[in-house]
Amino acid sequence: MDFTLTETQSLLKDTAERLVREKYTFDERKKIVAADESYSKALWDEFASLGLLGVEIDEDCGGIGGSFADLAIVLEAFGRGLVVEPYLSTVVIGVGLINTADKGDRRKDLLTQVAAGTLTLALAHGEPKSRYSLEHVETRARKDGGDYVINGAKAVVIGGDSADKLIVSARTDGNATDRNGVTLFLVDGNAAGIHKRAYRNMDDRGAAEITFENVRVPESAVLGPVGGALPLIEAANDRGAAALCCEAAGAMKAVNEITLEYLKTRNQFGRPIGKFQVLQHRMADMAMAEEQARSMVYLAVDFANEPDAAERAQAISAAKVQISHSGQIVGRGAVQLHGGIGMTIELVVGHYMRRLTSIEKMFGDIDWHIGRFAAA
Amino acid sequence: MDLKYPERAARFADEVRAFVRKELPAEIRDKVQRRQKITPEDQRTWQRKLCDKGWACPSWPKEYGGPGFDVMERMIFDNICSEEGAPSALPFGELMISPVLFAVGSPEQKAQLLPKIRTLEYWFCQGFSEPGSGSDLASLRTRAVQDGDDWVINGQKMWTSGAHNANWIFMLVRTNTEVKQQEGISMFVFPMSTPGITVRPIVTMDGEHHTNETFFDNVRVPKTALIGEVNKGWTYAKLLLGHERTSIARIGQSKRELRRLKALASEINITGAPLMDHTPFRDRVAAVEIELLALEITALRAIAKGGSPGVEANLLKVKGSEIQQKLTELFMDAAGPYGLPFDPDRGLHDGNEPIGFDEAASLGPNYLMTRVVTIYGGSNEIQRNIVSKTLGL
Repeated sequence: MDFTLTETQSLLKDTAERLVREKYTFDERKKIVAADESYSKALWDEFASLGLLGVEIDEDCGGIGGSFADLAIVLEAFGRGLVVEPYLSTVVIGVGLINTADKGDRRKDLLTQVAAGTLTLALAHGEPKSRYSLEHVETRARKDGGDYVINGAKAVVIGGDSADKLIVSARTDGNATDRNGVTLFLVDGNAAGIHKRAYRNMDDRGAAEITFENVRVPESAVLGPVGGALPLIEAANDRGAAALCCEAAGAMKAVNEITLEYLKTRNQFGRPIGKFQVLQHRMADMAMAEEQARSMVYLAVDFANEPDAAERAQAISAAKVQISHSGQIVGRGAVQLHGGIGMTIELVVGHYMRRLTSIEKMFGDIDWHIGRFAAA
Repeated sequence: MDLKYPERAARFADEVRAFVRKELPAEIRDKVQRRQKITPEDQRTWQRKLCDKGWACPSWPKEYGGPGFDVMERMIFDNICSEEGAPSALPFGELMISPVLFAVGSPEQKAQLLPKIRTLEYWFCQGFSEPGSGSDLASLRTRAVQDGDDWVINGQKMWTSGAHNANWIFMLVRTNTEVKQQEGISMFVFPMSTPGITVRPIVTMDGEHHTNETFFDNVRVPKTALIGEVNKGWTYAKLLLGHERTSIARIGQSKRELRRLKALASEINITGAPLMDHTPFRDRVAAVEIELLALEITALRAIAKGGSPGVEANLLKVKGSEIQQKLTELFMDAAGPYGLPFDPDRGLHDGNEPIGFDEAASLGPNYLMTRVVTIYGGSNEIQRNIVSKTLGL
């Protein structure tokens, strides 16, 4: 566990924080969210030119060959900015899967495109009945000559509304909840037979319900081992949860700063409301919750790419549970301490609560992670 | 488990239930149960049914056109109506300004206002909070100055919920700046059509327009708009807020939500078994159910005591609001990933199939909006201050 920043990390921190401060003001964000497209392609290009899309991508693919700890720096800044661009789905989940599961020319080609900002990705895994169970896959891929034909439905696919390519999990063997028999396929986002119902999530990120109706892909579309993709999916889910922990830390720090400032400047009964002990104690609880969350971010970062699945699972679940509880205390507390004004859509405070609530519900909720931690 | 009410009360409950099931249009009930927006027309439709039956304004005595329910009947009536999905009564007219009118309204004010509050012809909103006066309500600065037989009002009110649907307002204004804050406030009622009033929408974080800020620019009202005596408005406001706090406990609504939560959690599967059988979730639901039972009995005791609501009102507000929030949190837990897709219209204007399951669309916005219940009507921090004062601290 390293609490100091490397030179690369300091540079990344400066870059990402300046980007958020200058280009992702709350007013700019409102414009991005109000647009038809679920994210700003102009900003995505800027992420690319600043090297933010290639943090974990090898240098020979145009990346900077960094670690998850480096990525964490960017994620925290994006949490502060409430960034809605498909960074999580493309750079955390997509790149993670390709880095571990793919090889050869395709790997190089895909990663090069991601780093350059010309390819976005989304993992289409969760299903209407799967909830958070990662092994629950009803979508089927049937072998047909040299092709596979995919049928099924995927639920709440983060970034799935806009992704150029989907990484789709489907059963090539076994029953709906078997650990074996799940295969990943790389499919064009607009392939024939794909139907998307796009929407925005509570945190304004784009997502979609996606159905696959006889979607035909060549055998070469397979990513990773046939029938053995579940461990890859579990690793991706853990990386996603770890990334959200980093985002949450940035969001909590930002909203705590805003709330503290409000307590010092809002006057009632002839003095700043921060002079009232009951509000002081709530703010103190929020500050402590933020610190506890930040501690667990270090744990999550250390274990995000841990190959030992059992170790990784326990660490990531511990972090996600703490971050989710902290997020509740901070998000709900910030709204309560602001009073009526905290309820309005014109104030950023409610948007932090929306982001923190969404983070709690993605890649496993508190019950799921606490159960997994306890069972380990 | 249901509380043991006397047999007479049980018969009354059956009567109310049968009435609501027969008379409440299914379309309105569905909207209420799905937590969707109730239009003014929906509200009026239900109010007409209640008026025809003689049950409108259930808290009112017979002499003002109410049903004259006793305490038990009133509690049962509110609970059953909410449980069966009837729209909640709008608090501003029936529950807030009316008790003040009963107490200090002039005979003319009573005769003019009460019958039309009862039919919802007069739809009230409340002008209390201001940009600089939230919890510290007594610091309000909107001014009324006497000019001949009239008063002229200038200032701004915040959180005038439903002002965009209302045609009347009751408000607190400063009529004396020379005395202690609380002693220079008066209460007025007048039509929203009075020249000089501007209502601007405030959108809340659920993406919906519930509330407003309202501006008063040389709004001229007659002296008959004054309620009771000049500079006694603070006393009337306390009476009024006591009634608001009792009504916003929303016990019937929470009972309805609890029932729906259990039904939903029985349909959702988690690793092959109903979520409702999943121990951590089940136990959290049970904990809220127990709190709600206690609150129902506390409310019964408060009503049975009679008189105007005292510290019980603060207790009911605090616990009732906390229970409402816990229920929305449990709904979000039940929804899992399907709590994420966000639709400010709560599925109302969307002709498509629901995303996930039928009522999923309302759960996120409802969770967010319900954060307000520990803020409005006097924040829970203020309520606890009042409770501790009554304990002598």
